[in-house]
Amino acid sequence: MNSIDQSILTLLLLVPLAGAILVALTPDRTKLPNWIALLTSLVTFGLTLHLPAHFVAGQSGFQFEINRSWIDRPAIFYHVGIDGLSLWLVVLVGLLAPVGIVASWNAIRERRKVFFALFLIQQTAMFGVFLSLDLMLYYGFWELSLVPMAILIAMYGRKDGPKAATKFFLFTFIPSAPLLVAILWLYARTGSFDFVTLQILIAHGQFAAGALCWCAIAFLFAFAVKVPIFPLHGWLADSFSEAPVALAMVIAGKLGLYSMLRFHIGLFPAQARAAAPYVIALAVIGILYGACLALAQRDFWRLLAFAALSHLSLMVLGLYGFTLNGSTGAVYQILSHGLVDAALFLLLGSLYDRYASSQINAYGGLASRLPRTATLFVIATLTMIGLPMLSGFVGEFLVLSSTFGGVSRAWASLAALGVILGAAYMLWLVQRIFYGSLSDLTSSRPALDLGFGQLLILCPLAVLMLLLGLAPNLWLPTIQFGVHPTGARLIGLVIEPGTHPYALPTVSQEGGQR
Amino acid sequence: MNPVPDIYRILPEVVLACTGVLVMLIDATLPSRTARRPLGWVAALGTTLALWASLWQLSLPQGTGFFGTVETSSFTVFFHVLICGIVLVTLLLTLDTLPADSHHQGEFYALVVFGAVGMCLLTSAVELLLVFIALEISSISTYILAGYRKNTDRGPEAAIKYFLLGSFATGFLLYGIALIFGATGTTQVYEAARLIAASPNRTFVVAGLGLMLIGILFKVSAAPFHLWTPDVYEGAPTPAVALMSTAPKAAAFALLLRVVYELFPALHSLWQPLLWAVAVLSMTVGNLAALRQQNVKRMLAYSSIAHAGYLLAAFAGFGTSGIAAAAFYTAAYAAMNVGIFAVVTLVGGYDEAHSMVEDYRGLIYRSPLLGSLLIFFLVSLVGIPFTGGFFGKFYSFSAAVDGGAVALAIIGLLNSGLAAAYYLRLALTAAQRPAASAEPARPTAEIGVAVGAALLLAVSVTLSLGIIPNEVLRAAESAAHTLQSPPSPVLNPAHIPGDLTEPPLRP
Repeated sequence: MNSIDQSILTLLLLVPLAGAILVALTPDRTKLPNWIALLTSLVTFGLTLHLPAHFVAGQSGFQFEINRSWIDRPAIFYHVGIDGLSLWLVVLVGLLAPVGIVASWNAIRERRKVFFALFLIQQTAMFGVFLSLDLMLYYGFWELSLVPMAILIAMYGRKDGPKAATKFFLFTFIPSAPLLVAILWLYARTGSFDFVTLQILIAHGQFAAGALCWCAIAFLFAFAVKVPIFPLHGWLADSFSEAPVALAMVIAGKLGLYSMLRFHIGLFPAQARAAAPYVIALAVIGILYGACLALAQRDFWRLLAFAALSHLSLMVLGLYGFTLNGSTGAVYQILSHGLVDAALFLLLGSLYDRYASSQINAYGGLASRLPRTATLFVIATLTMIGLPMLSGFVGEFLVLSSTFGGVSRAWASLAALGVILGAAYMLWLVQRIFYGSLSDLTSSRPALDLGFGQLLILCPLAVLMLLLGLAPNLWLPTIQFGVHPTGARLIGLVIEPGTHPYALPTVSQEGGQR
Repeated sequence: MNPVPDIYRILPEVVLACTGVLVMLIDATLPSRTARRPLGWVAALGTTLALWASLWQLSLPQGTGFFGTVETSSFTVFFHVLICGIVLVTLLLTLDTLPADSHHQGEFYALVVFGAVGMCLLTSAVELLLVFIALEISSISTYILAGYRKNTDRGPEAAIKYFLLGSFATGFLLYGIALIFGATGTTQVYEAARLIAASPNRTFVVAGLGLMLIGILFKVSAAPFHLWTPDVYEGAPTPAVALMSTAPKAAAFALLLRVVYELFPALHSLWQPLLWAVAVLSMTVGNLAALRQQNVKRMLAYSSIAHAGYLLAAFAGFGTSGIAAAAFYTAAYAAMNVGIFAVVTLVGGYDEAHSMVEDYRGLIYRSPLLGSLLIFFLVSLVGIPFTGGFFGKFYSFSAAVDGGAVALAIIGLLNSGLAAAYYLRLALTAAQRPAASAEPARPTAEIGVAVGAALLLAVSVTLSLGIIPNEVLRAAESAAHTLQSPPSPVLNPAHIPGDLTEPPLRP
C-alpha cells in the first residue's frame, strides 16, 4: 500500500468539500464558480478512478480502509473502506458530478456560487454514505445529504420549490429518528458503532430476537422511504419535478438501495429474511403501480418519477429475493439506472430549458428539428426498457430470472408485466415528444439542438450504457464478490468466531431456495 | 486554612464589575455629542479579560472562598467561559447594529456587563443567599435591556411583563430558600445538602425544592413557566434577545444543576420525574406553538422553550453523564442561538420592520452570506450531524437513555422531527427565489468588523462542537465530575447547626 492508497478515501471526501469552500469564496459575477466546480468534480472523478485501478479483485474484506478514532465518547471512529459492493457506486457518484455540473452550466443563472458550493457538499455527503463503515459516521453523512438537496430544491424549484423541499426533507428526516434510536440501542448493547464488529456480534446471536427485530424494522423503514418503496413514495414525484436536473439524477435510489443491502440485509440477515415476503410484495406492487401511474402522467418529470418508482422497486425485488444473482443484478441495475436517469434528466432538462414546459402534449414532432436530442433520447429509452445489449437488460434479466427460479414464479411474472408496461410508457413518451406533427409550442420556438458541452457528456453516457450491456463481465465479478457475503450467510453458512465475516468460502451456485 | 486569596475566587466577576463601572463613568463624563461606540470596545475588552481570568482560575485548586460562599471548580470555569463568550459575541453584535444616535448606548454596554457579573456569580455561588443576589443582579440588567427600545409599543410592554413575572418567580425562589434555611439552619449548599440527606422529616425541604424549582424553571423558560418568553423576545431589541435567550439561561441551568445534583441529591426520586414531565411539556408545547408563528422572533422564542425541554431531558440521566450532557448542550445551544439572533438582527434591522417569515423570502438571493448563515444555524437547530446542535441533542438523549428514560428520548426525537418543520419553513423561505413583483430590493445590512467577528465566532464554535467536540466534552465531563464530588465542607465558624441534631462535620 502506498501513501495515496491510504488516504484516497479521505481525499474523496475532502476534495469536493475544499472545492465547495473555494467556490464559496469566489466572486459570483463571472463563470468562475462553474469552472472551479467542474475542475473539482473532474479531479474527484479522477480520484474515484484510482479505486478500480488499484482494487484487488477477489480479496475479502474492505480495501483502502482507514480506521481512526474521531470522538472519544461515545466511541465514534472515522472508519471508511470500500468493497465490491460500493466500488462502482462510488465511481458512479464521481462520474455524475461533472455530468451534473455541465447540465447546470447554463440552466443555473442566479447565485451560481451557492448552487455549486452546495452541489459539491452534496457530493461529499454521498461519498460519505457509500464509504462509511461506522454507523454514526454513516448516519452523519446520511443526514447531511438531505440539507444541500432540500435547499437547492427550494432555491431553484420550478413552481413551488419550498413545498417539494419540505416534503423531501421531512419524509427522509422523520424516519431517520427511529434509525438513530436503533443505532444508539445497538451501541448501548455492544459499545461499538463499527459495522464489521456489529456484523460479527449480531451473527453470533447475542441479542434478544424481539429487540433486534425492531432495530431491523427501524433500519428498513428509513431506507425504504429513501429508495422509495411503494407506500412511502409520496415525496418522489414532487422532488423530481422541482429539483434542478443535476440533483434530480441522484435524488432517488442509490443511497437507499445501497443502505438496504449493506446495513439492513448486511447487519440483520435473519430479520431481513423474515421481512422479505412483505418487502417483495410491496416491491411488486410498486413495480406495477409505478408503471400504471407512469402511463397516466401528462408531465414528463412526474412520468420519470413513477418510472423510477417502478424500476427501483424491481431492484428492491432483486435485493430481497436473497439470491446471489438477484442482489448482483440489483446492484448492476443501480449503476445502469444511474446512467440512464442522468441521460434522461439531461435531455428533458434541455427540452425544458428551451420550451419551458413539462407537459408532454405540448410537444410533438421534435425528431425532425432536434435529431441529436432524439437519437440520444431513444438510446436512453431503449436502455431503460431493458433492450438486450444495453445496460438495462443485464440487471433486469438477473433480477427477474433469479426471482423466477429462486423466489416465486408468480411474483416474477407480475414483475415482468411491469417491464412490459415500462416499454409501453417510455415508447409512448418518445412517440408523443419526438414524433407526430409539430405542436404549436415546438413550431413557434427556434430549434436549438444539443450544444457541444452537452454532447460531450451525453455521448460518454451512451457509450457506457452500451459497454455495460455488452461486457457485463467487466463489472459483475467484483459486484458479485462484494454482494456474496450477504447471500452466503443467507443460505446458512455460519461464521466462525473470530474470523472476518467476509472471509467465507466462495459460493458458486445460486442460494436462497425458499 | 485556605491558601488561595479569596479575591482570586471571584476574579472574573471583579474584572467584569470594574469594566461595567468604568463604562458607566466614562459614559457619564463624555460630552453628550460624542459617539458612545468606543465604550462597546471597552466592554468587549473587559469581557475578554474576564474570560481569560476564568480560564486562569483552572490553575487554582478547587475550593471555596469568602467563608464558603463562592466556589471555583471546572464546573464554574466552564460556565464562566461560556457566559463571557456569549456576552462578548453580544457586545460585538451590538457594536455594529445599535444605531449611532440611539440613546443611552453607553448604558446598554454597562448593563450587559453588569448582567454578566450576576450570571457568572450565579454559577459559582454555593451559598443560597448569594445565589439570590446574583440572580437579581442578572435579572435586573436583563429587565432593563428588554425595555431598551422605549419609544416603541412593544419595548416597555416586554420589560414590564418580564419584570413583574420575573420578580414573582424570584419571590418563589427566595421563599424556597427561606424554607430550606428553616429546615436546615444553613444556606450553605454543601452544609444544607448534608443535613437534608440526614434529616428524616422532609416536609419543608420538599416544599423548598418545589418553590426553588419554580423560580429556576421560570428563568430557563421551561413550560409551564414559559408564557413570558415570546412577548419579551418580540419586544426586546434583537441583540439583547441574543443575550437573554442564552447567557441567563446558561447561568440558570448551572444553578439548576447545582441545586438538584448538589443540594437535593437525596431527593433524586422526587425531582427526576418532575423534570421529566417538564421536559416533555416544554418540548411539545414549544414546538407545537412554534409551528404556528409567523414572526421570526416569536418562533425562535418558542423554539428556545423546546430547546430547554431537550436540555432538561439530560437530567433524566445518571449523575455525571447527565450533567456533562446538560453542560455540553448549554454550550451548543448558546453558540447556535446567538448566531441565529445575530443573523436576525442583521436582517431585521434595529427597527425590526422586517420580522415576519415572509420577509425572509429570497434572503439567499439578496445576500448569499446572510442567507447561508441563517440556513446554517437553522440546520444546527434542527440537529443535523456535523453541527453542535446534533451532538447537543445526541448527548442529551443518550444520557436520558442511559438513565432508563427511553420514552423521553423517543418523545424528544419525534419532537425534533416536528421542530424540523418550522425551522425548515424559515430556511426554505430564505432559499426561495424572491417574488417577481417585489418592491425594490431593500439594502441588506453591512457586515462590519465587529459583527463579522461575532458571526465568525458563533459559526466556528457551532461547527467545531459538531466536528471536534472532544475538548469541550472533556471539559463538560470534568465539570460534571466536580459537581458530583463536592469539596469537603469548609470550616465555617458562623455555622449554627439548626434544629436537626447532627454530627458536626465530616472527618
